[in-house]
Amino acid sequence: MPGTVQSIERAAAVLRLLAAAPDGLGVADLGNALGLAKTTVHGIVRTLHQVGFVEQDHSGAHYHLSDAFGRLGESYLDPNELRSRAINWADSLASRSGEVVRVGRLVEGKVEVVHHVFRPDDSDQDLDVGTTLPPHATALGKAVLAYDTSARPRSLEAYTTRTITDPVQLSEELATVRSRGWATEFEEHTVELASIAAPIRGLGGLVVGAVGLAGRIERICDSRLRHRGDLVSMVRATADAIARDLREDP
Amino acid sequence: MAEQYVAAVDQGTNSTRCILFDRRGRLVSVAQREHHQLFPRPGWVEHDAGEIWNNVTRVVPAAIKQIGATPSQIVAIGIANQRETSLLWDRVTGRPIGRAVTWQDTRTDRLVTELAGSEGPDRFAQLCGLPLTTYFSAPRIRWLLDHTPGLRQRAERGEILFGTMESWLIWNFTGGANGGLHATDVTNASRTMLMNIETLEWDDRLLEAFDVPRAILPEIRPSSGVFATATEVLPGVRIGAALGDQQAALFGQTCFSAGEAKCTYGTGSFLLLHTGQEIVRSKHGMLTTVAYQIGDQPASYALEGSMAVTGSLVQWFRDGLGMIHTAAEIETLARTVEDNGGAYIVPAFSGLFAPHWRSEARGVIAGLTGYITKGHLARAVLEATGFQTLEVVDAMNADSGIALTALKVDGGMTANNLLMQFLADLLDVPVVRPMVTETVSLGAAYAAGLAVGYWPDLEGLRSNWHRAGQWMPHMDPARRATEYANWQAAVQRTFNWIRPEDQEP
Ligand SMILES: Nc1ncnc2c1ncn2[C@@H]1O[C@H](COP(=O)(O)OP(=O)(O)O)[C@@H](O)[C@H]1O
Ligand SMILES: [Mg+2]
Repeated sequence: MPGTVQSIERAAAVLRLLAAAPDGLGVADLGNALGLAKTTVHGIVRTLHQVGFVEQDHSGAHYHLSDAFGRLGESYLDPNELRSRAINWADSLASRSGEVVRVGRLVEGKVEVVHHVFRPDDSDQDLDVGTTLPPHATALGKAVLAYDTSARPRSLEAYTTRTITDPVQLSEELATVRSRGWATEFEEHTVELASIAAPIRGLGGLVVGAVGLAGRIERICDSRLRHRGDLVSMVRATADAIARDLREDP
Repeated sequence: MAEQYVAAVDQGTNSTRCILFDRRGRLVSVAQREHHQLFPRPGWVEHDAGEIWNNVTRVVPAAIKQIGATPSQIVAIGIANQRETSLLWDRVTGRPIGRAVTWQDTRTDRLVTELAGSEGPDRFAQLCGLPLTTYFSAPRIRWLLDHTPGLRQRAERGEILFGTMESWLIWNFTGGANGGLHATDVTNASRTMLMNIETLEWDDRLLEAFDVPRAILPEIRPSSGVFATATEVLPGVRIGAALGDQQAALFGQTCFSAGEAKCTYGTGSFLLLHTGQEIVRSKHGMLTTVAYQIGDQPASYALEGSMAVTGSLVQWFRDGLGMIHTAAEIETLARTVEDNGGAYIVPAFSGLFAPHWRSEARGVIAGLTGYITKGHLARAVLEATGFQTLEVVDAMNADSGIALTALKVDGGMTANNLLMQFLADLLDVPVVRPMVTETVSLGAAYAAGLAVGYWPDLEGLRSNWHRAGQWMPHMDPARRATEYANWQAAVQRTFNWIRPEDQEP
């Protein structure tokens, strides 16, 4: 049996102390209470601060539990924050690939479009931020669905003859997404269109959304109708860049 | 051969960024560090110039490392900077004398009133294109020389150097006290009130009026052109450009022809309209400023509408009031309600900039009732940016005689969809975001890349511009008129708040 993780035990103890101290506690208070060195406690509260479980007061001297700690079931990343973090990298992906780029997240079993970048050909296009897409019929959807433990779509509606409507087949597809780390779709939502997406992992590896591109099959796929490797690499690098931004400074 | 890039350094109000761009003008990496905002007294806002240079020395290598590149792949450095922020340093030691006094600092308000005297704030407008306000550098230099014992004598002896942030960076990139170049560019110089807007040279009449010794001033260079070869951070790489951040954004949006305009939404927001080689004098509160100068070509000019507090109002809502955790969350909060509930926030934190230029104004929340929730206030915060833009666009249209048909936008606040839609609704024109929101950096990169031949000409750059998003107007005209009238009534209530006897001696 693997052993327990000491730093998690200590973090739990810090959380208990903070929960019992409505006015908050300083690093020294916590260190004294737990018999730990200040640097150890400092590392723990800084990490808890980064993941959003504790907050600092104005002076920076005291820590207290955050409201978010009491609402752990809710999405921890504000969708507008996700857009702010993604915007530079999504733009770059659109201009490199020449395709439409979207950032999405899972909301009540559907993919909500959080950010949308036009295909860079200056043609007429409408922003579709705030609209939803079917998760089983888009790469963006599969890229988030694959990592979600609760939200399996109830009914698998067919959009084209290629849409995956069999739950078993969808499970297999999602297992493939997990093993490769990226998702594809081929005429499963709209005839003649294909898409590629990759999950965006926030702190601790939590998937907070996905970024992907979509376009006509002759541009997205090679002559053997396989999704182009260079586009897959670009999409994955974009997801990684957004994730790095999210983890760096919360 | 390994791919080559241009490195843009955007020394902004809140942070310093280094962004690498490739030949197609695409962003390939970003590294950023914030610096401290120092508020030693009410109305004073300072930066530590040493901290800022230190941040430059960290973000540039970090941006290169991020993509596994080497410094030899960088063909040029382009600098864009927060404008008007003023610094004095010691020529011999290379060390700053005190802190940089930022553009938001209002310590010179009394001095500015005195200097305006009976002739009024437009006393020097014919010479430098700017009204006398606390916003520009010259009164700040005067204040520093007057308030630091012995400094004026040292300045006259040539021991002290003045610069805005690009001068500080160029000086340090080229060795600082060991042979550093002391230079500025025409756009930054055009914000000091010391440069003649027509000759593009320091003007003795202005130097005399502000009592600034010529010995402290940097050499004025074109915005795009090789300044020098760096010896620090990126030894051997040429510094190809320096521009004020707003002028850089105009360049990055490829507004190269008369009549083209953009608005950048950051800490403050700035709408610039390119007026070609013509110097247009505003009758409606716009500034006349240099847009850019490429090599030995004639300079291009712009009219500018400056809004001091836009993104910083969001920051105040976050840090001052603690209503939200991140700037972006304001949109989530604002969407919890349908409208502003009748509340209007006029953020005249340090007076009002364009088109009013009222330094005695202070902020108000108008229309406050028991019905107002924090959601309504969040809306009012965002809408304040929209209304201020409308005031500036109205003034700009009146000056140019041509109505704006679309607004090109960029900057951090353009990630806010609610605000962008509100802007389109209020202005009644499409609002368009380009594929690169970091146009400040892109403009600095373009200007530097042109100087070293990485890009051949302006036309090639224009073809890099693509639309990334667009918001179309939908608001009912009657509602727009009522909202604007309410805003204007709220603005009236900010006037004459600071009375002359309140000003600190
Ligand atoms: N999603 C958002 N909604 C509203 N304001 C935002 C958002 N994201 C950033 N901001 C504001 O934009 C400013 C940062 O934009 P940026 O272009 O980096 O400014 P600067 O270059 O002046 O430092 C901050 O004042 C911040 O409050
Ligand atoms: Mg900036």
